[in-house]
Amino acid sequence: MINGADTVFILFSTSLVMLMTPGLAFFYGGMVRRKNILSVLMQCFIALCLLSLHWMFFGYSLSFAPGNVFWGGFKWAGLSGVGLEPYAAYSATIPHQAFMIFQMMFAVITPALIIGAFAERMRFSAFLAFILLWATFVYDPICHWVWGEGGWLKSLGVLDFAGGIVVHTSAGIAALVTTIFMGKRKNLEHTPSPHNLPFVVLGTALLWFGWFGFNAGSALAANGLAVNAFVATNAAAAAAGLSWALLEWIRNGKPTVFGMVTGSIAGLATVTPASGFVSVMSAIIIGVSASVLCFIAVSITKPKFKYDDSLDAFGVHGVGGILGTLLTGLFASKAINSAGANGLFYGNYKQFFIQLFAVIVVVIYTFVVTFIIYKLVDVFFRMRVSEKDESMGLDLTQHHERAYTVLE
Amino acid sequence: MKLVIAIIQPYKLEEVKEELYKSEINLITVSEVLGHGRQMGVTEVYRGHKETGNLLRKIRLEIAVNENYVEPAIKAIVKGAKTGEAGDGKIFVLDLNECVRIRTEERGPVAIG
Amino acid sequence: MKLVIAIIQPYKLEEVKEELYKSEINLITVSEVLGHGRQMGVTEVYRGAKETGNLLRKMRLEIAVNDNYLEPAIKAIVKGAKTGETGDGKIFVLELKECVRIRTEERGPVAIG
Repeated sequence: MINGADTVFILFSTSLVMLMTPGLAFFYGGMVRRKNILSVLMQCFIALCLLSLHWMFFGYSLSFAPGNVFWGGFKWAGLSGVGLEPYAAYSATIPHQAFMIFQMMFAVITPALIIGAFAERMRFSAFLAFILLWATFVYDPICHWVWGEGGWLKSLGVLDFAGGIVVHTSAGIAALVTTIFMGKRKNLEHTPSPHNLPFVVLGTALLWFGWFGFNAGSALAANGLAVNAFVATNAAAAAAGLSWALLEWIRNGKPTVFGMVTGSIAGLATVTPASGFVSVMSAIIIGVSASVLCFIAVSITKPKFKYDDSLDAFGVHGVGGILGTLLTGLFASKAINSAGANGLFYGNYKQFFIQLFAVIVVVIYTFVVTFIIYKLVDVFFRMRVSEKDESMGLDLTQHHERAYTVLE
Repeated sequence: MKLVIAIIQPYKLEEVKEELYKSEINLITVSEVLGHGRQMGVTEVYRGHKETGNLLRKIRLEIAVNENYVEPAIKAIVKGAKTGEAGDGKIFVLDLNECVRIRTEERGPVAIG
Repeated sequence: MKLVIAIIQPYKLEEVKEELYKSEINLITVSEVLGHGRQMGVTEVYRGAKETGNLLRKMRLEIAVNDNYLEPAIKAIVKGAKTGETGDGKIFVLELKECVRIRTEERGPVAIG
């Protein structure tokens, strides 16, 4: 039975999540040097185009069709059988296609998150091949395991409300793999400076706004649970942004704009798996922990290991996603979501180990398969641009355009 | 003829311009540059990574003058730009071999100003 | 005294700065300019309309030095900026008649650096 309010809410949430990819484009675009901003905007936008089609042709089927425990198969390829009637296993009150397009936006932004790791040095053709293969062989299967009908991690009882494992852990680990194998950017010893911090702030604003659709929409109905996820999302983002600024104030003497918005994004990523299972007060604790751990990952650990995760895709999304998934195992409460489970703090220690197991499995799977895809694409397309193209910038060499004119 | 190039603090531009106008020097070219001298660069911090010794924003003036205006120009710039602290800037004076007013094709001292 | 003006590739600025510091030359002024030499311009395409031979972004350095620092400055710039490909840039040297440190009003060689 289709419910009008639920359908409106899901379509609206879909629009919000769609806006996150352009938001991410500006968030990342402001962080690169100005010779590369168009390449980042282009990569994000083309992900929206390419992965939308991938999703309708076969991605949705691989992820959500009732196939085996590992993936959904091709039963729903080309949207055959995905109609305007509800599909009760996912949501009994909205058209099946509404669920499909809501999930599409998740499949778009997840590979786009990885851009932060290889920004400023990847060939465009290699990028297209990489995200298409990655969406197909990493995102779609993991999505099926955790959210799909019959997925094996779902059957184990893993809790992931809006994508701590499926979105942030997978993208974060993929970011780590690509950044390690691609190597550092050139000519960066003295100037890792973001070229346009206002863009980073604009991107954060769009992401925070879109995240309401991401998390609240994952309730798949306009109900109390959606409101809980909505409020918890805002609470974690606020707590994380504030605590990152405080950490910097204490450690470096001044709170920075860049640090504050980074904290907010870390809080949003971390609360994602938990938002529909935990109380608002727990979400605040989750936000603060996100700031502390991601701060350590980005500002203290990363410089020691000397890998060049250009825009901290791993440090923020990977670390945040893993942390959030584990914290869900601590703070989840059946009082909030009766369809969920109690976490360790509510007397069910098993849930924590289920979460931990899921994280380990997804980290290993993502690491291995991303590595294989990376090597494959490198052989056929060559991942990295030439040294000369890198120093001239990707905007001019990959797209024959420049973002800012010097005169007029 | 001489070409006077001055590197000054950005916030001193208005005062220097005023002093130059008082000395009847009206033709100046201003550009924004980055400079590095004895003054310490400011520290910038991005996600915890500190960067010091960056170049600082400065204003560069170019003024073409006839010989008798060289000293007035220097005095005017010093008067407008001096605070007594490091970072006040420098003035360079170069020989100017030729000057052409494009509109009239006049050359030499008459083309200046 | 000499004024050294160098036009270099933007991404070589850090290396040149480092080489100059090694030669104890700290006072430099940097500005962004557009240049066109033998190097081909890059092709840009906007909605299908091709534009080639555009001016390329370059960095312009100005360095005032005393005569005994002239050769070290030139060597440092070459060392930092040279790749062997077209587009590496140029160095120009001009006679500097006068130099004023605005803060102290000192003049001549003592005011440089």
